[in-house]
Amino acid sequence: MDEQQNVIEMANIVKDFNGFKANNGINLELKKGEILALLGENGAGKSTLMSILSGLLEPTSGEILVRGKKVNIKNPTVAKNLGIGMVHQHFMLAHSFTVLENIILGHEPTNGPLLNFKKAREEVLALSKKYGLSVNPDAKISDITIAQQQKVEILKVLYRGANILIFDEPTAVLTPQEITEFIQILKGLAKEGKSIILITHKLEEIKAVADRVIVIRAGKSVGYFKVANVSDEKLAELMVGRHVEMTLHKQPIQLGPEILQVKELKVKENRGNLAVKGLSFDIHGGEIVGIAGIDGNGQDELVEALTGLRHVESGQVKIKSKDMTNQSPRKITHLGVSSIPADRQKYGLILQLPIAENLVLKNYYHSPFSKHGIINFDKIHQHAKKLIKQFDIRTTNENLAAGELSGGNQQKVIIARELNLNSDLIIAFQPTRGLDVGAIEYIHKQLLHERNNGKAILLVSYELDEIMQLSDKILVLHDGQLAGKVKPKTTNETELGLLMTGVKKERA
Amino acid sequence: MDLTTILALIVSSTLVYSAPLIFTSLGGVYSENSGIVNIGLEGIMTMGAFSAIVFNLTFASTFGKATPWLGALVGGIVGLVFSLLHAVATINFHADHIISGTVLNLMAPPLAVFLVKAIYEKGQTENITANFGYFSFPGLANIPVIGNIFFKNTSLPAYVAIVLAILLSFILYKTRFGLRLRSAGENPQAADTMGVNVYKMRYAGVLISGFLGGIGGAVFAEAISGNFSVSTIVGQGFMALAAVIFGKWNPIGAMLSSLFFGFAQSLSIIGNQLPVISKIPAVYMQIAPYVITIIVLVAFLGKSVAPAADGVNYIKAK
Repeated sequence: MDEQQNVIEMANIVKDFNGFKANNGINLELKKGEILALLGENGAGKSTLMSILSGLLEPTSGEILVRGKKVNIKNPTVAKNLGIGMVHQHFMLAHSFTVLENIILGHEPTNGPLLNFKKAREEVLALSKKYGLSVNPDAKISDITIAQQQKVEILKVLYRGANILIFDEPTAVLTPQEITEFIQILKGLAKEGKSIILITHKLEEIKAVADRVIVIRAGKSVGYFKVANVSDEKLAELMVGRHVEMTLHKQPIQLGPEILQVKELKVKENRGNLAVKGLSFDIHGGEIVGIAGIDGNGQDELVEALTGLRHVESGQVKIKSKDMTNQSPRKITHLGVSSIPADRQKYGLILQLPIAENLVLKNYYHSPFSKHGIINFDKIHQHAKKLIKQFDIRTTNENLAAGELSGGNQQKVIIARELNLNSDLIIAFQPTRGLDVGAIEYIHKQLLHERNNGKAILLVSYELDEIMQLSDKILVLHDGQLAGKVKPKTTNETELGLLMTGVKKERA
Repeated sequence: MDLTTILALIVSSTLVYSAPLIFTSLGGVYSENSGIVNIGLEGIMTMGAFSAIVFNLTFASTFGKATPWLGALVGGIVGLVFSLLHAVATINFHADHIISGTVLNLMAPPLAVFLVKAIYEKGQTENITANFGYFSFPGLANIPVIGNIFFKNTSLPAYVAIVLAILLSFILYKTRFGLRLRSAGENPQAADTMGVNVYKMRYAGVLISGFLGGIGGAVFAEAISGNFSVSTIVGQGFMALAAVIFGKWNPIGAMLSSLFFGFAQSLSIIGNQLPVISKIPAVYMQIAPYVITIIVLVAFLGKSVAPAADGVNYIKAK
């Protein structure tokens, strides 16, 4: 087969959802053995396009050619038979099953009425050897790491004979070291002749691994580049549709009084084991302290303890010199704490309620929003209109249910509510999770603005970029303990990664 | 009484009382492994018991010795049809599994009693003449000591149930159907993307539980109660459910737990024939199986791990 032949050609793809064109004339070409990055904001149409390619959706119009032949991918089975396989962002694995059982499910080799585990194991081991995807086929999924689970997902697709692989945001859950390994795996797959489409919004990954990149904005393909010939700035600008500042301009730090003091804090997780194991740190006004770490190392419990949602076993939380250990969330809010929760839909908003009511969730009960226990809706609506304008929340009106907004705008509602409280301490937990470049830039600017106004900010994030860009001080959390204390200017992602995995221990 | 006689008495009565629980709990294991919680086992057993007794009374003269076995089959089929309600409600209409199961439990006794009145014009049926009775294995029963304890005058349905447990365990863990059924109860989204028909697997799980639950009820009626009334099935379905949990959602585990619960039930019946135990007031022996069920549930419910998507409705995205 000619190296330059297109294995996939998608021409002028249009997908119309009741008048809304999610895809509006997208063209895509994928060559054999190449890694093609698909770059775009949330809602740009990447997922719709890939759903069309994997048979989950049918295009309204347009043409798809696989290896030069026109095809009609009307269901996932057709896609599978064409050798198209997708590795989903949220792994599709049965946790109590073994690796082997997960891989063969749906395509089980049998020996009479019985499953032929021997044959399956041989085939899987051969695949994992060929592509460098080492994983124990007899281990249970619940016992292996996220990175290994991802290998299982890749093996699943390869086991089904795919030679066109689609990866949906594959590195979102990996540590820097795991990302490096993953990139090697991708390159290995491409070398063996597999064609790869990589959906991502991380520019540095595209630089590291992709041959070409397609930028998609508002349902249209707006750019098609060889990665070697294009700059990050250009890609970001095309993706968002306007100029984006890639580096934040930080004013020199103006340290204020101590706002938060945490001493020997111990907090248990739901099953009763200690999740935060004696943590001490403090934050002053005018600084952003970033907490880096892999998901599940005590971040949830720490934030919940600080905001009064979880019982503190021992230790002390002092806010503005007042002991606020095990106080109610309302008392903590009153003293001057704003909190941006990690899960905006579960803890940040009441999705069924209108935006206006969501904006006063923390102060509806006092003047000017209520008097003698009776709510003044006029005031609530005026307040909402003001904040919608001030924080640029894209909505038709303030009566729309919060659940109907896009992710980025939902987050803006929370940011507006929390920053409007004018608190001295702002706890931001994964404030840009799942948001696109434009929204991330906006939220980062808001947080920096608050810092420059002398607020103390605790930033807990799994995104190292975010921690590195915003923080004045970085604390690395590993297994509920402080694994290191570093300055963003004198560290790098490799060092942070080692600290996060507990390989390197350092006390400063 | 010598020791062999005492042991033989305990083993045979344990087996008699275990048999209905084993059948029903095996059904529960299949339903829950497919992802559908089935607390309707009690109601399914009631329908199985009712239909088996009606069949037995009507056809005993026609089928003779085969009658109780055919009655069990009829009970199973009626149980299967009755469990369809639960399957449709939970799988197609995404109803809460507990509520749907409760509907079965609330509906079965009045429905069965109503039909009994319509057919026999009284509140309970006559006693059947063709019951399971006691069975001695030819040959095996003559083995000294062991033959007396295990193979003489014992319950054949219990042995069928034990063999069935081994077979069902094999199917669940070693065959394609078993793997796919479990995948529907563990992660239906994953199963769906892998080409497994989740709805089909869940239907299979519920209908198997209906069939086996119906057989369980039939075996209880034709081996123990001998007739059908509103108080024939009182808690055995819940006991079978407890055996599912105690047995960690595993066919062999459920079978062993059922033997344990069967033993507890049989003690209240044969207790007065046993030394020491006969001195305990009967009322304590009668409540023992239920107390033991509660204790087991409280002690083990938190610890054993159900299939991850057990009780979670799967709605296919479109």
